[in-house]
Amino acid sequence: MNDVIKGWGAPLLRSLLLIPIAGLLLLPVVLPVVNSLMTKREISANYGMLGKTDTSSFVNLKWIPDWVSFQQYKEVLISSPQFLHLFWNSVYMVVPIIVGQTIVATLAAFAFGKLRFRGREALFFIYLMTMLMPFQVTLVPNYLMADRLGLLNHPSSIILPGVFGAFGVFLLRQFMLHIHSSFIEAAKMDGAGIMRILVSIALPMVKPGIAALVVLLFVDYWNMVEQPLIFLQDAAMQPLSVFLSRIQEDLLGVSFAVSVVYMMPMVLLFLSAERYFIEGIQLSGVKG
Amino acid sequence: MKNEATSNVFSSRFSRFIRSEAMGAFWLLAPSLVGFSIFYLIPFGQSILGSFEDRLGGGLTLSNYQELLLSSSFQKAASNTFLFTAISVPILVAISLLLALFLNQRVFLRNWLRTAYVLPLVVPVASIVLVWQILFDWNGAINAVIQHFGLDRRDWMKSEWAGFVIILVYIWKNIGYNIILFLAGLQNIPGQYYEIADLEGAGPVRKLFGITFIYLTPTTFLVVLMSVLNSFKVFRETYLVAGAYPHDRIYMMQHYMNNMFLSLDIQKVSAAAVLMALCIMALVFILFRTERMFRSFME
Repeated sequence: MNDVIKGWGAPLLRSLLLIPIAGLLLLPVVLPVVNSLMTKREISANYGMLGKTDTSSFVNLKWIPDWVSFQQYKEVLISSPQFLHLFWNSVYMVVPIIVGQTIVATLAAFAFGKLRFRGREALFFIYLMTMLMPFQVTLVPNYLMADRLGLLNHPSSIILPGVFGAFGVFLLRQFMLHIHSSFIEAAKMDGAGIMRILVSIALPMVKPGIAALVVLLFVDYWNMVEQPLIFLQDAAMQPLSVFLSRIQEDLLGVSFAVSVVYMMPMVLLFLSAERYFIEGIQLSGVKG
Repeated sequence: MKNEATSNVFSSRFSRFIRSEAMGAFWLLAPSLVGFSIFYLIPFGQSILGSFEDRLGGGLTLSNYQELLLSSSFQKAASNTFLFTAISVPILVAISLLLALFLNQRVFLRNWLRTAYVLPLVVPVASIVLVWQILFDWNGAINAVIQHFGLDRRDWMKSEWAGFVIILVYIWKNIGYNIILFLAGLQNIPGQYYEIADLEGAGPVRKLFGITFIYLTPTTFLVVLMSVLNSFKVFRETYLVAGAYPHDRIYMMQHYMNNMFLSLDIQKVSAAAVLMALCIMALVFILFRTERMFRSFME
């Protein structure tokens, strides 16, 4: 009996500590989902006083809707095409960045990780430093070039710097470094060219790396705020992430459904590719 | 005759060079290098030059830097950003280390818990902002609780408390990232070390300080670096909740730079970007140096 308590006691205590924290962390995921299933009337009854100073009533946090309704979703997905338009804006910028950066970075990462050439370390160091710079720094050069090329107020002012971002090169190089050099040497002995080695040896081995890159890039760019704020003046071009923050009180009734619609692709991708996501973070942590 | 021989030697050398690794590397790097140069390197060089440019035309000058450093809004933004990083990073690192230590032991629902801790990383800012308003509004849920206990409610986002609120959001957002890194670091510590310590009769506290913390140090350096870099991203949430001119307490570098962008003061923005880049490079350099010193000390 004592042994049983000894065996289970400590893990149970730890779990009892960790589970409430997890609940707290999940609040911003659960709350919009619950609220998105309320009727507009219930939303305004619970949250109508937000942002008003002339009332003494408080918001009413409820975890179960009085009446489960898909009214909000119907309005967002069917009645008001503007939301779908903004959703499409996000897709239109994020997909080219992911596809482009993955291709460009795979080629470069193979060169950095598996080929010998002069100046390799110095050049990679420049990529690394650029990757570490916060937006506040890289936005300035991005802006100057977009201005010169006449790309301002056009999605390509965001897509092009995204395609050539340094993160993909860094992450995939980490995966390339894990390929044992003997595979490559053997292929060279057999007379395979560099392209051949890349396509038939390196590429299959870094598949998890590419999956990790896709997930991490998606999370990063689906959430972008800084770039569209500075590069896109036209509100109709903004991605949903920026628009949602400007939601007015009269839209509060559907804002939860909109944010759930926006959150879903990310959460689903994360849950289905959690292994790659975590592997990617772990390797993006190992220093180059 | 002799001429032909040299040209033969030359051509075979040349073809070998073409097929050599360096040439292959060059072609593979070309797309990335061209784009990277156009969108990052060249314009960054330009903005370094621009930061020294005299706005009235001609000549190099330090006046942009002087003006920048003397401007009160820059001082406010820089000191707020610095203060925020200096306070929030140690808190975040400590909490995530603690949670990682717990998660690394036997725990029920371990995989579920880990997923729950990491999930905030993928929640879009928009949802965060909604929940933030519900919690911290003047009529929000937190004030409701406070008043329930007989205390005065406060205007969270429009008072000194705003700094506290963004620290909370920062921790909430980044805890999962750090836990992943710490867990990976913990799993890299060979189990034999603990077995030997057990044989020598070391207690749990001794093992924690003598083995875990020592071997976790390289990971900790990395976590600190990533936490500092991620602390610059909290601007997103702050901006979306509080707009371009928030309470003085949370007016960050990014607010300053955004506003300079909008007033098209490119020289000043460039000078601020150069200063920031220098700070980051200095930080990276110091962190790597101390880590190397620590490593050589360990060996």
